[in-house]
Amino acid sequence: MAETLMFNALREAIDEEMARDETVFVLGEDVGHYGGSYKVTKDLYQKYGELRVLDTPIAENSFTGMAVGAAMTGLRPIIEGMNMGFLLLAFNQIANNAGMLRYTSGGNFKIPMVIRGPGGVGRQLGAEHSQRLEAYFQAVPGLKIVACSTAYNAKGLLKSAIRDDNPVLFFEHVLLYNLKEDLPNHEYLVPLDKAEVVRPGKDVTILTYSRMRHHVMQAVKGLVAKGIDPEVIDLISLKPLDFATIGASIQKTHRVIIVEECMKTGGIGAEIIASINDQYFDELDAPVVRLSSQDIPTPYNGKLESLTIVQPKQIETAVEHMVALRV
Amino acid sequence: MVQERTLPQFQAPAAQISAEEGLMLYEDMVLGRFFEDKCAEMYYRGKMFGFVHLYNGQEAVSTGVIKALRHDDYVCSTYRDHVHALSAGVPAQNVMAELFGKETGCSRGRGGSMHLFSSEHNLLGGFAFIGEGIPVALGAAFQSRYRRDALGQADADQVTACFFGDGTTNNGQFFECLNMAALWNLPILFVVENNKWAIGMAHERATSQPEIYRKASVFGMPGVEVDGMDVLAVRTAAQTAIARARAGEGPTLIECLTYRFRGHSLADPDELRSKVEKETWLARDPIKRFEVYLLENNLVDEDTLRGIRDRVQTLIDDALTFAEESPEPSPDDLYKYIFAES
Repeated sequence: MAETLMFNALREAIDEEMARDETVFVLGEDVGHYGGSYKVTKDLYQKYGELRVLDTPIAENSFTGMAVGAAMTGLRPIIEGMNMGFLLLAFNQIANNAGMLRYTSGGNFKIPMVIRGPGGVGRQLGAEHSQRLEAYFQAVPGLKIVACSTAYNAKGLLKSAIRDDNPVLFFEHVLLYNLKEDLPNHEYLVPLDKAEVVRPGKDVTILTYSRMRHHVMQAVKGLVAKGIDPEVIDLISLKPLDFATIGASIQKTHRVIIVEECMKTGGIGAEIIASINDQYFDELDAPVVRLSSQDIPTPYNGKLESLTIVQPKQIETAVEHMVALRV
Repeated sequence: MVQERTLPQFQAPAAQISAEEGLMLYEDMVLGRFFEDKCAEMYYRGKMFGFVHLYNGQEAVSTGVIKALRHDDYVCSTYRDHVHALSAGVPAQNVMAELFGKETGCSRGRGGSMHLFSSEHNLLGGFAFIGEGIPVALGAAFQSRYRRDALGQADADQVTACFFGDGTTNNGQFFECLNMAALWNLPILFVVENNKWAIGMAHERATSQPEIYRKASVFGMPGVEVDGMDVLAVRTAAQTAIARARAGEGPTLIECLTYRFRGHSLADPDELRSKVEKETWLARDPIKRFEVYLLENNLVDEDTLRGIRDRVQTLIDDALTFAEESPEPSPDDLYKYIFAES
C-alpha cells in the first residue's frame, strides 16, 4: 500500500495505460511542459515524448474534433479539459461527433476516447469556472459519464475509461485533487458501470456523487449519532445509471434522498427521480427528495457561494425529516 | 453581380496523361454526375427524403483530388458528400441504399444523405455542420504522423484529404486547424470547393478576403488557386500536395474555383443566383470540357466515351434496383450501434 494523492492516482492511471498501450495519448492545454493545471500529467512528456503528451493551442472545439478523428482511425486519445467548463466550447464535437457518430455511421467507426478534467464548484472561482457539465451532457446519446470521488476509485475508473471503446466523459472535482488514500501496489480496475455502496444501512438511501459524497459522509456522522442508519450510494456512473444497485437499495429502505452538486433544473437527480417513478414507485414510502445546487450562476462571494451548493447540515436535516416521515 | 475572378491558366497538354488514366477520370466524373441526376429524380418522385445536396458541376474537384490518392489514404467530406464517397470507392449501390434509408446503405440507413461513412474505404464522413469535419480530418492526419514518428512505423505515410466549401472558411475551426496542421506538419490537404455561394450568401458578402488560397500564407503553408472546372488542373495540384504531405513536408490549402449547377439543396428555390452567372459557369462544365480534351488529344474516340456513359448508366440503374429492393433496418435494431461492445 502506498499513500497517494488523488491527482497522483490519476497520473499513475494515465502513466500505466500509456505504458501498456502505445496508441494511448494525452492532449490538451498545458498538459505537456506545464504538467497539467492540476499536475495530473506532470513530467509525462519527458517519458513519452511531445506527440504522446501533446500541448495544444487554445482551441477546444478543434482539438476535441481532432481527438475524434484520431480515435476513429485507431488511437486512444485522452483529452484533458484544463477546466471542464471550457468544453462548452467543444459541445458540438462532444455531442455530434464523439457521442453520435458511431450510431450515425451505422457502426462503421468506434470512438475510444476519454475527456477528463476538473469540474464542480471550487472556492470562489466564479460562475464560468464552477460548471457541472454532467447535467448538460446527460441527454447526449452514446456518451458514458463517470464521476470519481476518491483516490482509489479515480485511478481504477480512469484506467477502465481509457480501455473502454466508447467516449467517456470523466469528471474529477476541483476540490478533491488533494485527497489522500492508501492505494494497492498491484494493478486494479474499477468498473465504469457500477455504483459504489459507500455505507450500507437500512433506514434511507442517499444517492450522491463526486464531492457531495464527502458532504454526505459528514452528515452521516451526525445521523448515526442520532440512531439513524442511512445507506450511502456513490453513483459513479451518471450515464448509464446503475439501477441494479439503486433499485436493490430502494427495495430495502423504501426512502430516497438525492444529493447532487448540479443545478436542480434538468439535473442528474431529476433523471433519477423520473426513473424511480417508472420502475420503483410502489416501493416508495415517501416522495423522493433531492438536494441540489441553486438554479443560479455560481456567485463569486464566498457566503453566497456556500448558499448555492448543498451543505452537510442540510443533508442531515433532510434525512431526519424523511425518517420521521415529515417530508 | 460581382466581377468573376479570372480563372488561373493551366496548360492541360503539359499534364501528359495516358488514355487509361483519362478514361478512369472521365468515368469517375460521369459516375458522380449520373448518380446525382438520379438522386434528383428520386427526390422529386418522393422516394428520397430529408435534405439532399447535389454535387453537379463540381465533379472535377472530387475526381481530381480523390483519384490522385492511394486506397489507404483518408477522405473527409461535408453534407455534399455523395460524390466524394463514390470517388473514394464506396459502391454506388451502397450510397444509393443509404439515401433510401436501407440496411444495406453504407451507414446502414442510420446516417442518410449528409452522413455517409465507410471505414472500409477510409471515408471519415459525412459531416453536416459547417466546419466540424475539418478537425476530424486533422485527427486522421495526426494519427498518420503519430504512427510514423511516435510509434516508428515507417510505412505510416497516409494522407488525408479534407473537403469543405467557401462558407466554411469564415469559421474558426478552419483557422484553428490550419494553424495546428502547419504547427505539427501534418499530412493533410485542405480542399476548398469555392462554388461562390453558401446557400444564399454570396462569398463576397461573407468574407473580407475572397481569395481563400491566400489565407494559407499566414500559417506558412502553400496555398494554391486552381480552376476547379478542369480535372487535370485539380489533379496536378493535388498530386503535388499529396507528394509533399507523404514526404512529411506538411499541409497544403487548395482553393478550387467551381460552381454547383443546382441549388444548395433540392429544397432550395435558388432565386438569388443570376442567369448570366449560371450560364457562364454551365459553359465550363468539367465533363464536357474533359471530353473535348480527350478527343482533341486523340486519347480516345467518341464511341469509347459513349460506352463509358452507357456502362455508368447501367450501374446507376442497378444501384437503384438494389436500393429499392434492399430491406429496411429491423425495428429490433433501434438501439444497435449506440455503444461499441468492448
